[in-house]
Amino acid sequence: MSFALLLIALVLLGSAAAAMLSRNLIHSALLLTGAWAGIAAFYLWAGAEFVAFAQVLVYVGAVSMVVLFAVLLTRQGATAAPVEFDSYKRVVGSIITAGGVGGVLLGAIFGTPLDVPAAPSPAALTVRQLGLQLMGPYAAALLIVGVILTVALLGAIVIAAVDKPEDPAP
Amino acid sequence: MSVVATDSFLERAPLLFRDWIVGHFPVALQWLVHHLLTITAILTVFGLFFAFTTIAERKLLARLQNRLGPNRSGLPWFRTLKLWGLTQPFADAIKAITKEDIVPAVADQVLHFLAPVVIVAFSLLGFAVLPFGRYLIPVELDAAILYFFAAGTATELAIFMAGWGSRNKYSLLAAMRALAQLISYELPLILSVVPVVLVTGTLSTRDIALAQGGWTWGVLPHWHVFTPWGFAGFLIFLVAALAESNRSPFDLPEAESELIAGHLTEYSGFKYALFFMAEYFGLTALSGLGITVFLGGWQAPCAFLEFIPSWLWFMGKLAGMIVFFIWIRGTLLRLRIDQLTRLAWQFLVPLALLNLGNAAFWALTSGWTGPLALARWAISAAIVIVPFFLLGRRLTAGYAPRTYRYAA
Repeated sequence: MSFALLLIALVLLGSAAAAMLSRNLIHSALLLTGAWAGIAAFYLWAGAEFVAFAQVLVYVGAVSMVVLFAVLLTRQGATAAPVEFDSYKRVVGSIITAGGVGGVLLGAIFGTPLDVPAAPSPAALTVRQLGLQLMGPYAAALLIVGVILTVALLGAIVIAAVDKPEDPAP
Repeated sequence: MSVVATDSFLERAPLLFRDWIVGHFPVALQWLVHHLLTITAILTVFGLFFAFTTIAERKLLARLQNRLGPNRSGLPWFRTLKLWGLTQPFADAIKAITKEDIVPAVADQVLHFLAPVVIVAFSLLGFAVLPFGRYLIPVELDAAILYFFAAGTATELAIFMAGWGSRNKYSLLAAMRALAQLISYELPLILSVVPVVLVTGTLSTRDIALAQGGWTWGVLPHWHVFTPWGFAGFLIFLVAALAESNRSPFDLPEAESELIAGHLTEYSGFKYALFFMAEYFGLTALSGLGITVFLGGWQAPCAFLEFIPSWLWFMGKLAGMIVFFIWIRGTLLRLRIDQLTRLAWQFLVPLALLNLGNAAFWALTSGWTGPLALARWAISAAIVIVPFFLLGRRLTAGYAPRTYRYAA
């Protein structure tokens, strides 16, 4: 069981690291998609079937496409990222930011009591129970998330749309 | 699933055979052998199904066009045995394997190689959750429908990899067009299945197939396609499935007479064949899902026909769906890209959303009996048919009758 987790973690972290190190933006995006698939595999390992498939459907299917389209549509010409050394100010700034984020994350990880007494794990939720929960007690949260996403989508269209007089009908 | 001994022998035969083979192995290995056998069975059955789909397609299209089709290939060493050209797919396979594999010098070698592999691997994943028979379901998942659609999403990634990895302008542009089509039609495809999930209250393909059991007076099956919302959903599903699997009349991604071959321009030999293999696997898996969700799965259409084993019913329906798709390919003309996307966003998506409301109405009025049942059918049918005509009339206004400006 832990061997599978190790394998998943290796693939996940490996593809994430490769995505960061790759000089080619398209390769980075595809490797990032691999990392998302790895997260889905982890969910499967943890027994959260529904979340795993949703992760694949949303991230591997949809978000990866958004990323790829964004890369292709915004970069004219080369898809290689500029990696020249810029200035010491940027180096220091990046180290401070990375250190801060890493510190907060590590603090959260170490602050969480990991060796909780092995409580009798609750029976795996069926999809039906999940659905009833989402449509019952959490219906408001679901609706709010939906509204926020719709607003974001409309906002993106408004920002991206160029008001151009339409061509006269031929 | 446990096998009930009261079923006919043919019904249980595949499982008995599997258990007999598994029984020869030590207990520690039995789970592995069990799964490997299932995988081998799927690969063999659907590999052969794919092979004979290609020959059926070529022969049927030929007949539709008043030709004979391939009828020459026989067997080596048996020259007198012609077999109506049925060995053609094997000759095709040998040809595809022995052809030279050309990779452009500037292509992204890894992605160019990976794209056909990914597309075939993921197109096979969908078969894992289809109930091929009463007891024949490779993996029983609670969220099977979600799994099916999740497995299909990698197709888009593979097409992108093929288009971008070829380092060819036409490949990339065609891949973007293909992606636009796949993303557009994913929505009506999923939305057409959601009503069934709503009414049956489950995402498990096994339970959906079971929910369509039973007959009225022994002859009228309770399949979802025989309800107003199910019929509308099935039609939307058919159109979206055609578009998702790049079939004519939606085969714009690989429009061999207008584009060179779209994102397949730089592919040759076996890699080229792999893309088509994936296309047929995808079509077969989608047909299987359509059968499970709308056409009663492995259920027999009449009570007295139940003596035929359930897996035979499933494969028969599958063959029927494939022949229907081939018939459509031989009949309809290819769409333009603007017509294609307009059909998805302005027509299919609104209708699918309305159909979802229709299914909700159907689920809420399940208690209506007697004359109210007739009202239920009438209202449900009206919810589908009236918007269909209104929307269709509005969208085609100004398009007909066709006027020819440059031709007499």
